[in-house]
Amino acid sequence: MAKISLKVNGQSRAVDVDPAMPLLYVLRNDFKLNGPKFGCGLGQCGACTVVMNGNAIRSCVTEVKDVGGRAITTLEGLGSVKKPHPLQKAFMDEQALQCGYCINGFIMSAKALLDKNPKPTDADIKEALAGNLCRCGTHTRILRAVKRASGQKV
Amino acid sequence: MKKFDLSRRELLKAGGALIVSFNLFPAMDLLAQAEPGAQGMPDPKQLDSWIAVAQDGTVTVFTSKVELGTGIKTALAQIAAEELDVPLAKIKVDMGDTDKTIDQATTSGSRTIERAGPQIRQAAAAARKELLRLASQRLGAPAEKLTVKDGIVSVAGNPSKRVSYAQLIGGKRFNVTIQAEGKAGELKLAQDVKAKDPNEYQTVGKPAPRVDVPPKTTGEAVYVHDVRIPGMLHGRVVRPPVINTAPASIDEDSVKDIPGLVKIVREGSFVGVVAKTEWAAIQAAQKLKVTWEKPPFQLPANREELDKYLTGNKSFTTLKAGEKGDPAGALDKTKKRYEAVFRWPFQMHGMIGPSCAVADVRGNKATVWSGCQGPFRTRASISSLLKIPEENVRVIYHEGSGSYGRLSNDDGAEDAALLSRAVGAPVRIQWMRQDEHGWEPKGPAQLQKLRAGVDADGKIVAWEFVDYSLPWTVAATTTLLASQQIGLKSKVPGQGNGNQGGGEIYAFENTKVLAEEIPWMKPEPIPLRTSNLRAPGQLSRCFASETLLSEIAADLGVDPIELRLRYLTADARATDVLKRVAEKSQWQRRRQPAEASNAPTAKGRGVAMTRRAGGYTAAVADVEVERATGKVAVRRITLTHDCGLIVNPDGVKNQVEGNIVQGVSRALYEEVAFDGNAVTSVDWEGYPILRFPDVPELDIVLIDRRDVSPLGAGELSTVPIPAAIGNAIFDATGARLRDVPFTPKRVLAALKATKPA
Repeated sequence: MAKISLKVNGQSRAVDVDPAMPLLYVLRNDFKLNGPKFGCGLGQCGACTVVMNGNAIRSCVTEVKDVGGRAITTLEGLGSVKKPHPLQKAFMDEQALQCGYCINGFIMSAKALLDKNPKPTDADIKEALAGNLCRCGTHTRILRAVKRASGQKV
Repeated sequence: MKKFDLSRRELLKAGGALIVSFNLFPAMDLLAQAEPGAQGMPDPKQLDSWIAVAQDGTVTVFTSKVELGTGIKTALAQIAAEELDVPLAKIKVDMGDTDKTIDQATTSGSRTIERAGPQIRQAAAAARKELLRLASQRLGAPAEKLTVKDGIVSVAGNPSKRVSYAQLIGGKRFNVTIQAEGKAGELKLAQDVKAKDPNEYQTVGKPAPRVDVPPKTTGEAVYVHDVRIPGMLHGRVVRPPVINTAPASIDEDSVKDIPGLVKIVREGSFVGVVAKTEWAAIQAAQKLKVTWEKPPFQLPANREELDKYLTGNKSFTTLKAGEKGDPAGALDKTKKRYEAVFRWPFQMHGMIGPSCAVADVRGNKATVWSGCQGPFRTRASISSLLKIPEENVRVIYHEGSGSYGRLSNDDGAEDAALLSRAVGAPVRIQWMRQDEHGWEPKGPAQLQKLRAGVDADGKIVAWEFVDYSLPWTVAATTTLLASQQIGLKSKVPGQGNGNQGGGEIYAFENTKVLAEEIPWMKPEPIPLRTSNLRAPGQLSRCFASETLLSEIAADLGVDPIELRLRYLTADARATDVLKRVAEKSQWQRRRQPAEASNAPTAKGRGVAMTRRAGGYTAAVADVEVERATGKVAVRRITLTHDCGLIVNPDGVKNQVEGNIVQGVSRALYEEVAFDGNAVTSVDWEGYPILRFPDVPELDIVLIDRRDVSPLGAGELSTVPIPAAIGNAIFDATGARLRDVPFTPKRVLAALKATKPA
């Protein structure tokens, strides 16, 4: 166990955990953040995605000791139902989910994409989201939502 | 912000002043931790069991049906809003708590709108009738002179005379008895009460944004995976991805250094660990050294052995979808005969979030939080597992990951219950990825043998279709995984994998469409256990029958749509979906395959259709096949869909889109790998599913039929996708595929086996 200080959604907090534990479990169980989800624990499906220093990363395979002082943003850090982030609003407007278990990963991957590439093409979006799995098959809606969030014609 | 940490004491202090917000849903769960059965079981004959009006006019509908991500929470709310003339936003739906709802059957088979829809509609109509009776007394006007808008009753022609639902009954019980006959899915409610004429619908039939969507985009939705109970411990199961025998030994020293480990639990061949933290439980499950006994039998070790098994064993039941005339006799007389064998692999439900549940077993009582499809089914299995009465078990539903049939059978709840009983505290379990891929019950493997005969006039006069399928070894009538491991044996061999889709919609003179169910129940739990996977068995049967039909059309030099229309004479809705898909896809009638070209990429299109549970659909697939590699790209799917009267058009569209995409994935990529002992595809690399760059364009036509009762949209449109794609590959290349999935290797082999045109 070790004291590790993390900066999550703009707030710093120290936790006493096994430094080899994946970040996902700190976020879910210590920070009580439900956005990032456990899907595979192998970095294959993307349900656990968070943004770290501007990059979409898989929190299920990122050891907490490797996070250091880098800023973590989770789905909760973007907005709320009352005050949604433009991406969250676009996903609501396009009804771009079914069960929604994977949708954290899609929104967070899209967040990292749009921060780097504010007007992505369809191909850019598909490429950026190729690492995220959706079993319900809402891909065409997700594509429209990301375009809408980027201010492009849907 | 402190969100989910309210203690029970703080909550009780908050009492009735508790403000309901998304953030406080877990807190509400804590309140719900009351003793199972403490409030007495609701009675289906009491209107109050179905509908409650709060002081602010909010209407709550109680249902044991659950939102699985398919949008039924919103659709059922629309149905209730319609009958009551209350704004949709004022309807709340309380789902899947066995202490608060009546068993309306498991949420499966795309039956919710079809079966529970009328139940909710009639309960709401009965509530409206009672509210009008009360309003009539209050306003001194006969009930037939009253109108309702937005939950306010007024006298026609004198709108100043008005009273709201809230004023009439807000916060009070109806205390009205309604008719209730039959049980579960067959339950008929308030049949004596007249509901609205569908032609007058205002809310039903209009697109409504789904109520569950906003909190799912922000992390405010509380899935079962997010349920946290005070004092909750974390558990993990320890299962090998091979035939599950008893542990010969467990080396407890292998995990003694893990801080926070509470207990290693063994019961029969069930092994699990419980720890104070989730991470400790995960590590303990990974590191625990278990030596399992050798399996006393072997499974078929590959597809060839499986095919021999399927065709070499006697079925325990035959399901008939259609039988007319004498197809065998007619076949003997025909000059042109067609015979073909088709194969379908084991496929996975592939939940993105693995099985998860929380259980709190105290003495002879148990509370279970689960994302299961059938809370009452879970209640029954927990009762049988723990040997306690059903009424001592309370199941509280929270949404899980999309399950597509997988959570009809709630293995996770049983695991949590065994672990909780062993440690005397609430335990949360979640399966790891290899547990889910390894042990989820698979969609059964199938094989079909088809024979057809065409007479001298080019007419199909004989059709013989036999589906050899493994049944569902995991079903309502059999025991689940943990039950099996502690020695509860199933008394029945399982349940059939369905019989629709073998060509029974076509009016052939002589026809036989059968499904043979081949025994697959084994003495020990096997990783190739089987269960209902979305539109059970029908993708496979439709693939076989619709492929052979297109093959016959090609051989006769007839356009495949034209050929189908010749035999859909008795079915106007079938004809309609087919004609409309031809129109929408700008189908040019011609013989298939397309003329051969030497282009490196071959293009083609194929058609397929089906009827399922009263709904109709037809699909046209446009594909490209890379000749050098055998890689298939599905560019576009055009699909027509008739599920009767549509409740929420955008909800249906969302379902249809998902069904198509999942159908493309199952057609192109999905096959469970196995050997004689084990499932060997235990992650997403071993069992790939469709990813974003390979998603086709979708063009969907929804046909709304006001004259046909609403049906589900959760399964129908996934059925014809593999057949349409296979037929398109044939059109593009002249190569016939009879095995799914259409992997590059398989396509390449079919290309090589095809004579140049």
